[in-house]
Amino acid sequence: MELLVSESSTRPSGWLWAHALLVFGFLYLPIAVLIIYSFNGAGVGGFPPRDLTLAWYRILFADGAIWDSVVNSLLVAAAAVAIALGFGIPAALALDRAHFPGKALFRRLVLLPLILPGIITGVSLLMLFNRAQIKLSLLTIVLGHGTALISVATTEVFAGLQKLDRAQEEASLDLGATYWQTFLRVTLPNLKLSIIGAALLIFTLSMDEIAVSFFLIGRDNTLPLEIWGRLRRGITPEINAVSTIIFVFSLAAIVLWYRLRTRAEGAPEIAAELMEPAAQGAQS
Amino acid sequence: MFSRTYRNVVTLPPLVWVAVFLLLPYLLMFCYSFWSVSPAQTIVHSWTLDNYRELLRVEVYWQTLLRSMWIAARVMFFSLLLGYPLAYFLSFCAGASKDLYYQLVIIPLWVSYLVRAYAWKTILGSDGVLNTLLQYVHLTRHPLEFLLYSPFAVVLTLTHIYTPFTFLPIYASLEHIPRNLVEASNDLGASPAQTFWRVIFPLSIPGVLAGATFAFVLSLGDFLAPLLLGGPSGIMISNIVVSLFGAAYNWPLGASISLCMLVLVVSLLFASERLEKKWSFS
Repeated sequence: MELLVSESSTRPSGWLWAHALLVFGFLYLPIAVLIIYSFNGAGVGGFPPRDLTLAWYRILFADGAIWDSVVNSLLVAAAAVAIALGFGIPAALALDRAHFPGKALFRRLVLLPLILPGIITGVSLLMLFNRAQIKLSLLTIVLGHGTALISVATTEVFAGLQKLDRAQEEASLDLGATYWQTFLRVTLPNLKLSIIGAALLIFTLSMDEIAVSFFLIGRDNTLPLEIWGRLRRGITPEINAVSTIIFVFSLAAIVLWYRLRTRAEGAPEIAAELMEPAAQGAQS
Repeated sequence: MFSRTYRNVVTLPPLVWVAVFLLLPYLLMFCYSFWSVSPAQTIVHSWTLDNYRELLRVEVYWQTLLRSMWIAARVMFFSLLLGYPLAYFLSFCAGASKDLYYQLVIIPLWVSYLVRAYAWKTILGSDGVLNTLLQYVHLTRHPLEFLLYSPFAVVLTLTHIYTPFTFLPIYASLEHIPRNLVEASNDLGASPAQTFWRVIFPLSIPGVLAGATFAFVLSLGDFLAPLLLGGPSGIMISNIVVSLFGAAYNWPLGASISLCMLVLVVSLLFASERLEKKWSFS
């Protein structure tokens, strides 16, 4: 039996290989072009790449507006992580262990921004801030990102809670710990990996977010909006350069996170975990 | 085992936040869609059905909505075409390299959406990478103009972006198929094709539905790819919303279109959820 299984599962037919190769080519072509042309002296297009240079990186490092927007994006992302976790962790706890009227609606509402086109979240919040006479600024973007990304925190932490052994918490309570102590010393440490994973995911998604920010932007740009503004004015490989740098940092973050998780659980579990938001989001 | 205070503490803050920042904005959108704009460009708060009448009357809105759905449908189709065999390959043929391939599908998601759309623009433009490559190897003499600023460019870019999203739930559903079902089918004499169509594929339908919904809904509401790569013939419904909330300054009309989109999307999600339940075997 064993033999049969391994035989049938290690015999990829030729066209499946070819197809997989093609899809990977399609997924990585723009990224390869992006990186290669960040070193291209002759501009963003044109084959073959000519005059390899670091000039665009030099221009980039001297470009104050870009770095201001990077700092803004980092601040927004950090604040969005705080909001999304601050409300997403309790939301996951509530969905896991409390019963209250409207729970089903609450669950759907929390998860909705995950699958909803960003424009709907963007314009509806724009109308809210306009009514409440709140001036658009980085703060409104933070509120937008935080609200949209509570969904990610909730799904990640909820998945962690499902795997949590309830007996540990019961034991802690039986032995005289208060709810608060139990939460801090039993529940939270068990959820550590889910929370770190969620934080990294939320941070990156916020750094990249543009559809919601597009409507809530005040005077200060985030990085994607700064890039957007430049795309409309004519393009230079400086955009390739900044994107390449951000990509390298994101890759480092994934590797770090992956290491962290592999140490704690098996790789297939991580794969399943990663897909949780995708699968649940589509079902909400 | 959890006290009432505990439950209140974890329930109330997220409940209030969601009510203020999700429910209230949607309600406001609903209200706006029944208001109007005065000639002096102020919002008139008296209830009217004019916005919806206008949506039914003016052809542009209908045509743009239909075009958006057609673009979204093509993106969904191509994402499935690319995503399903890839998911199958990973789940059944990749063996020990599975996790590596899986990471390779995920990594492009970490490059900004906007940046990837921009990269396609530099590839497809009339003096872009592809056209200059074709001329360099003397396949064409003049740049192919249909590549950029066309619905083609929008479909291509959105397919690139949503293929991993389509792949993920399909892969998850394939991974959940008990392997002994496949073995049983093989042992009982079914051909590989029969095993696929009568065992594996039916069991993967919930994943296919989730992935298809993802690709369709998210590309339906996209406005950045059309702005960047679509040209006049690639305008989508969200672009109209953007202009109504911007230069055209007609928030009530924009709100009515957004509300229609919201209703459309939520009904699609419900439909897909029901179908998924029907097809799930557990």
